[in-house]
This record gives sequence, C-alpha cells and structure tokens, in this order.
Amino acid sequence: MSAVDTQGARTVGGATAAPLIEARNVTRILPGIVPTTLVHDIDLAIRENEFVAITGPSGSGKSSLLYLLGLLDLPTTGEVLIRGEETARMPEENRAHARLTMLGFVFQFHFLLPEFTVRENVMLPMRALGRLSKVEMRARGGDLLGSLGLGDHMDKRPDQLSGGQRQRVAVARALANEPPVILADEPTGSLDSKASEQVFEVLRDLVRTHGKTVVAVTHDLELAARMDRQIELIDGAIVADKAVSARQ
Amino acid sequence: MNLIFDIAWTHVRGRVRQTGFAVAGVATGVGFSIMMASLMQGSQDDFTQRLINTLPHITVSDERRTPPKQPAETLFGAAEIHGLTPEARRPGIKNPLASIAGLEAWVPGAVAPSVRVAAIVRYASQDVAISIIGIDPRREPMVSDLPKQLRGITLSALYRATNAIIIGDGLSDRIGARTGANITLQTSEGMRLNAQVVGVFHTGVQSIDQRTAYVLIKTGQILSRQTGLVNELRLRLRDPMISREIAARIEGDTTYKSVSWQESNEDLLNSFIIRNIIMFAVVGAILLVASFGTYNIISTITHEKARDIAIMKSLGLSEFTVRSIFVVEALIIGIAGALAGFLLGYLLCLALGSVTIKSPFMDTDRLPMAYTYTHYLLAGAVALVSSVVAGYQPARKAARLHPVEIIRGAT
Repeated sequence: MSAVDTQGARTVGGATAAPLIEARNVTRILPGIVPTTLVHDIDLAIRENEFVAITGPSGSGKSSLLYLLGLLDLPTTGEVLIRGEETARMPEENRAHARLTMLGFVFQFHFLLPEFTVRENVMLPMRALGRLSKVEMRARGGDLLGSLGLGDHMDKRPDQLSGGQRQRVAVARALANEPPVILADEPTGSLDSKASEQVFEVLRDLVRTHGKTVVAVTHDLELAARMDRQIELIDGAIVADKAVSARQ
Repeated sequence: MNLIFDIAWTHVRGRVRQTGFAVAGVATGVGFSIMMASLMQGSQDDFTQRLINTLPHITVSDERRTPPKQPAETLFGAAEIHGLTPEARRPGIKNPLASIAGLEAWVPGAVAPSVRVAAIVRYASQDVAISIIGIDPRREPMVSDLPKQLRGITLSALYRATNAIIIGDGLSDRIGARTGANITLQTSEGMRLNAQVVGVFHTGVQSIDQRTAYVLIKTGQILSRQTGLVNELRLRLRDPMISREIAARIEGDTTYKSVSWQESNEDLLNSFIIRNIIMFAVVGAILLVASFGTYNIISTITHEKARDIAIMKSLGLSEFTVRSIFVVEALIIGIAGALAGFLLGYLLCLALGSVTIKSPFMDTDRLPMAYTYTHYLLAGAVALVSSVVAGYQPARKAARLHPVEIIRGAT
C-alpha cells in the first residue's frame, strides 16, 4: 500500500523512492512588452508508476507545466530534474536525448507525419535513437501497434485512420523507445466519448500493466477523478495536489 | 543518416512541382555555365593553338636584351664616358651550325635556322612594310605548320624560280599580287630585289598573313647583304607549354635574346585572364540566381513543415538532425540539378558546336567548343555549394524553432 504526500512523494514501506521528474520553484515568464507569467513557484515530484492528472481552467498553465516537465521549454527560474539530474544547464543535444529515451509525448492532436505510414511513424523515435536494427524496429513497431489494436492498420497512412486510432498510434509512437514517462496534453481533447474512453484505457493500462508513469493534462474532471493523483492549477500556481482515493 | 535522408526525400518528393522548378533552376544554371565555359575555353584553346602552330615556340634572335657596353665600361667598371658610340657588332648568330647542334643535344624538340629581314614590298604603286623570313624548306616543317598553311603548293615551290617568295594571303589581297606576280623587295640596307610570288599561305592570324613572306634562306642572306648570315634560330618543342622555361635557359646559355611564344603574345594571353574573370563572374551570377530557387523551396518546405519540425523535436530529434534534414533536401535539389545540368550543358555544347557561322573574323565555320570534365566538376561543385549555402539558412532557422510555440499554435 502506498500513500502520496503533498509533494507527490510516494512512501513505500517507509522509504521514499527518488522522483522521476522533479520541479523545484519553477517559474516560467514569457518575455514581451507585458511579460506573461505562465507558471510560478511550482514544486512538484512525479514518481514511478504514477497516473497523474493536471487539471485547471483554460490559461491556468497546465500545458506550460507539462512542456516544462517534458523539457520542451526551459524555466525562467527554478529547475527541472530528470532522475535527479538538473536539465536547464544541459546542452540542447542532451535534453533532446533525454526526451528521446526518458519521455514520450502524446498531444491533443496526433501530430503524426502525414507522408509516413503508421508503422513508420512509430519507428521514427527508434530510428532517431538508433539502438535497434531495422528488423527489430519493424517488429517492435508491429508489436506496439498490435497491442493497441492497430495491427491491421500498420501500412496505412494517418489520414486513413479515425481520430481515436490516430491517437493510439501517437501513444504507440510515444512508447517506441520504452520511456518510463508518458506526458499527454489533452490526449482525449479532440475525441468523441467512445474514442476518449479507449485512449484513457490505453493510458491507464500503461500504468497498471506496464509500470509506466503517465502525466496527463485534461479538462475532463471525470477522467481526472479516475487517475491516481490530481494536481490542480489556477493562474499558474498549484492550488491542490491530492491523491485520488479510488483506483478504478 | 538514413532517417535524415528518408525524411528529406519524403519532403522533396511530396512537392514534385516546386522541387522540379528548383531543380530546373539549378540545372539551367549548371547547363549554361558549362556551355559558356566550354565556348570560352574552346575559343581560347583554338586561338592559342593557332598561335602555337603558326609561330615557332621559341625564337632565338641575334639581339640582346641589354644594350652593348662601351669599351671603356668594360675596362673601367666605374667609368662612363659620354658621347661615344658603342662598339658595332657584326649581325647574326655566331657559328650557327654549332649553336643548332648544341641546342639539338638537349632541347626536347627541333631547331631550324632562318634569316629575318625587314623590307618594303612594292607592287602596283603600293608600298607595304613586311617581314621576310629566309627558311630552309627541308627543316621548316620541323618547326612550323607552314607546309599545312600553304594554299595548293608545297615548300619546294621556293626552288621553282629565282628569288621565289611565298606571301601571306592578307598581303596578297592587300597589294593584289597573285601567284606568278613579280614584286619588288627593298631593304633598309639599300638592297633591291625582284621576286616572283610562287604561292600564298594562310595562318588565320591577320598580323602574320598581312605582313610576312617566306623566301629561301639564301635569298634572305642576299637581301641582308651578308652571305652565310643566320640571325634567327626557330624552335618547336614537343610540349609548347614549357617554352618559357626553355627560352630562359637558352638565353642564359647563349646570351642571345630568346623569346617564347607566350612572351611574344603576352598582351593577348593577359586578355584571356580578363576574359576568364568575366566568364567566372557571369557563371557565378547564373548559379547565384539558381541558388535563390533552392533557398525559396527550402524556405517554403520549412515553413510548411513547421509542425512536423516541432513534433520531431518533441520526440527527441536534435537540432543537428533537424538542420541536417533540410540541408540534405537542398543537397538533393543541388545534386539532381547538377546532374540534369550536366546533360543540358552537354546538349547545349553539342548544339552550339554544330551551328554554322559565317564570320570574316574566323577561319572555322563552327564555334570551337572545349569538352573537358573540369567544367562539369566546377559547375557541379559550385551548384552543390550554393545549394547547401542556400538551404542552410532556412534549415538553421527551422532547427531553432521552438516546438512549444508551434504546438500551441497548432492546438
């Protein structure tokens, strides 16, 4: 049995596991004639095998926080650590490598490359990493797509799939290099209720069955209530960070 | 690299028409560059070849580059006495047969003696100053192409009449003296001689065709009033390009003024440098304009593919990889353009080389084209470099795109 403290640190048998991603006093201000604060003073720790929802009204800084945790953006002040390693002062190449190996992204829109087939899209991160042979990449791409119910669509182009199928392909692509963390920005935001449920099940299965950590930004409070932990943002600040009692 | 090429290839393949225009731009630049270089080089080679074939590669004359010293200067190094006439020298090359034998021992080519006399030719009340060269018809074919330049006769025609003379066709036209005409030659020594025109020659170099005539060496000696005179040794080398070095060595050994064909045509050869600068400037401008097309297509692709760039960066592709994708796209356009340009250039050269042109200034009726792989390599290299340079700027910009801005914009 595990419990979640206010910093999101999970205690297992009295010992505190090291966070996968940690934000320390993170503030992001967009420069301009009138500087805009996206998030401020965020302290947050995401640990292994968590299913975290980031909620809040529009413009509250949910996606901005996700991009900061995913090393797509750099904090103006404060620091983001991946497995205890500070990332802001890393060379861009190293941050890119961390994204390639540690993090998988799923966006509101699938963002698949339209000229490539479904399988080629899934193989893209594997090819960028270059650890597997072409045969192994094809096999892994096929396995991932098969496990997400897309085994019959591997050689199709993204525009030949439905919205839900495309989003599942995006999940498969995010999992290509077996990252421990999946960051999802409104993954069901552009889907109907049936497709939303399918994608949610896929994400939940990643946590429950495959031991992944999923951090998902969502407007949907019903979905958020079905996750392990809910972080609520208002005006760029965390106003609530609570464990959800019932795992469904 | 495979991934970079695959994405790059997919991008350019996805825009067949735009890519086609960019490739056509580069191909046109490369093709016309090759054609122009070929034409310029061809005409230059043709002219140089004519100079080389028409004139001896080296002419050793009995002159010296520095004026003769006064006897007092020779005896007293620091003394200079004004108003004295320098010692008169007997004209001609001393012991010419020994000199010829000496040169033949080491010079990679042939040597022939001759007598050069300045004279005025008089015919039909016209006086024209010309250069008369007394030659040995048996040796002359070894040092010049004169036998090939004769119109319907051979050099043995010089033996056909007393004081036989072969004149340039330009001179023939100018004074109206045809084969069989009797002309009068008058030298500065006061020697006056009647000669019979036994034929004409044509070199294609106007200054020679209008102002040169050939006689037997013996006739030349008579005109210069000096029996046994040889005031010129004319050399033809197996490699005309080393004439300058050989001439310098001969001059060092013999002290006689030794002039290579390059030195005697220095002005013309210098004008080739200016011509080449103009050619490279024009070719560069053509390829520069072509590179604008490449810049345009790469800019368009990076603009259209901003979302893909953002997603690739979010997946973990590095800036270097993203930049490389677009540089490779530029390279693909450059390579395709260069290859198409090679074909276009070759066809243009063939077409231009087959056009019949009637010009009073040219001997040939076809444009002289030079076919050399260096033109292709040069134009191809410039096209590739300009394509990469044109593609690099938008590629760099694309690689620096902030993925968050694009993703936010897309959502």
